[in-house]
Amino acid sequence: MSQDDGMFGVQGTGDTSGFGGLVRTGASTGSAERPYGSYFDDVADDLERAYPEFNEAIESVVIQNGELTLHVKREKLVEVAKILRDNPKLSFEMCLGVSGVHYPDQTGRELHAVYPLLSLTHNRRIRLEVSVPDADSHIPSLVEVWAGNNWHERETFDMFGIIFDGHAGLTRILMPDDWAGHPQRKDYPLGGIPVEFQGATIPAPSERRSYR
Amino acid sequence: MTFDPYASSRETTEGRVYSVTGGDWDELSTEIGATKEERVVVNMGPQHPSTHGVLRLILELEGETVTEARCAIGYLHTGIEKNTEYRTWTQGVTYVTRMDYLAPIFNETAYCLSTEKLLGITDQIPERAQVIRVMMMELNRISSHMVAFGTGGLELGALTPIFFAFRDRETVLDLFEEISGLRMNMAYIRPGGVAQDVPQDSVDHIRQACRDMRKSFKDNETLLVGNSIWMKRTKDIGYLDLAGCLTLGVTGPILRAAGMPWDLRKSQPYSGYENYKFDVITTDTCDAYGRFLVRLGELEQSLRIIEQCCDNLDKLNGAPVMVADKKIAWPAQLSVGADGIGNSLPHIREIMGESMEALIHHFKIVTEGFRVPAGQAYAAVESPRGETGVHTVSDGGTRPYRVHFREPSFNNLQSTAAMCEGGMVADVISAVASIDPVMGGVDR
Repeated sequence: MSQDDGMFGVQGTGDTSGFGGLVRTGASTGSAERPYGSYFDDVADDLERAYPEFNEAIESVVIQNGELTLHVKREKLVEVAKILRDNPKLSFEMCLGVSGVHYPDQTGRELHAVYPLLSLTHNRRIRLEVSVPDADSHIPSLVEVWAGNNWHERETFDMFGIIFDGHAGLTRILMPDDWAGHPQRKDYPLGGIPVEFQGATIPAPSERRSYR
Repeated sequence: MTFDPYASSRETTEGRVYSVTGGDWDELSTEIGATKEERVVVNMGPQHPSTHGVLRLILELEGETVTEARCAIGYLHTGIEKNTEYRTWTQGVTYVTRMDYLAPIFNETAYCLSTEKLLGITDQIPERAQVIRVMMMELNRISSHMVAFGTGGLELGALTPIFFAFRDRETVLDLFEEISGLRMNMAYIRPGGVAQDVPQDSVDHIRQACRDMRKSFKDNETLLVGNSIWMKRTKDIGYLDLAGCLTLGVTGPILRAAGMPWDLRKSQPYSGYENYKFDVITTDTCDAYGRFLVRLGELEQSLRIIEQCCDNLDKLNGAPVMVADKKIAWPAQLSVGADGIGNSLPHIREIMGESMEALIHHFKIVTEGFRVPAGQAYAAVESPRGETGVHTVSDGGTRPYRVHFREPSFNNLQSTAAMCEGGMVADVISAVASIDPVMGGVDR
């Protein structure tokens, strides 16, 4: 994960606070150890029984904030999704869309796609996460499994440039068709202009000091 | 050049000659009428008064029948998710409240629940704050459903419901103003609790409003339930059964009108909903009329919950409304100036005159905000339109790394094609009105 230096996020000025020497590393989200707790063990067991290639397809299992995340290899995503939906012990009937996240620091897995799943039968939630490199940002589409993902995948393509292979009409949805760039990526600037008020100038939000 | 019947009279026999018989017009004119059906593609919106906001519908018609319906959205895209990445976690509330502007409290609550999950303080939220959240959400559900009835009726040509509906909505908005200072987009729910306590006499006003609304809801009920014109416009219109709802991820009144008693308040309670007595309203007609009945039934259930909240507020009078952790809680109450706004005077006296450290902490909490442990979380609430889910990612800093809203309007609008294709043009209006999309939420 990320690493922070200093305390206030100030760059390029002399350190007068004495905090500049601090180094803080973000929490590591390594794979969780069994038992996972709650219903997560049941979900993992049922998936493993129904899907013999579990160990190859699932890169890691993360338990955080009382939520289960399965990191899936993109080649296996559709297979895993179908089993999660169709197996009566799992029956995740609903996929609540896909949310993209851009981590420019994670070389080779810059773009993540996060799929929250919901089982109405068992009243459970889990999350699938797929990561792909920026240079090859292809993820198989889940529209054939959950048709409701259609617009969500278009939005994630629009905002992050993740290409969902097999999507019937992967076009921009929120931005104009001829828009250049993908706005939610971290390398896409927010924009904005400095505002002057009574002699003082306030920089645009993206130019302001970031406290980390 | 080829043979040109007009050239002799025009004397242009050399060079290229342009005439109405050139090109492939001959071919084209013989093709006209080759197909029997007459297809028209109609562009409805984005400035059409019946499309529930800046929604653009592209309809392929065969006579009066819709053969294909597609939505074009994005006309109200404001980049709220991107903007939150440049503000503190507390300021994020002010942004997300403007997404689904008819259900601001739900956006705020979902965002705060997700943030609190990341902070690990879900079970430290004071009980009074949770009661206030529930009460505000249920009041908001009433005001949102009122717009669904009012504008939905208006779109179908029924002019009276909106007067009844907006009269009752006004009652709720007045309560919002009394409690939070604002009628819409209040930024009232904050990570850790709520911005300020409910004024003491407001509880009585809320009780009175509940009594009034219970009577005045009858106006729309008696006007529309069983009304033959209303039934003809909504019964069996916009049909979407349970299988369709599941595959399209449709939640909320549409799902409950398909017979599925799925309500996150019951199935996955948050903010203490498990302590309230209320029913999940369902119908099994899968049509626009069923959705109308579900919304109508939910009004009464919301009133029931609000009345229980009022009793709880009386019991918890004076209890804190913000988490005890001073690093997360907003440093001062904001409703205590002479004009009802501003920081509390004792707090200002303390930070300006008595404690340098208090001033430093006030400054740091207000400008920097608090740090949120790295990770991701998803929290969902049952908004008037379905599941509002918030996926937040933190990198450990004072600003969100990513905030994504799973907006029910955005998702449910996908079902337009399934509901409208094969029906009449006029029924498109009815179907879209029954989805009740809010374009601010769709486009974000």
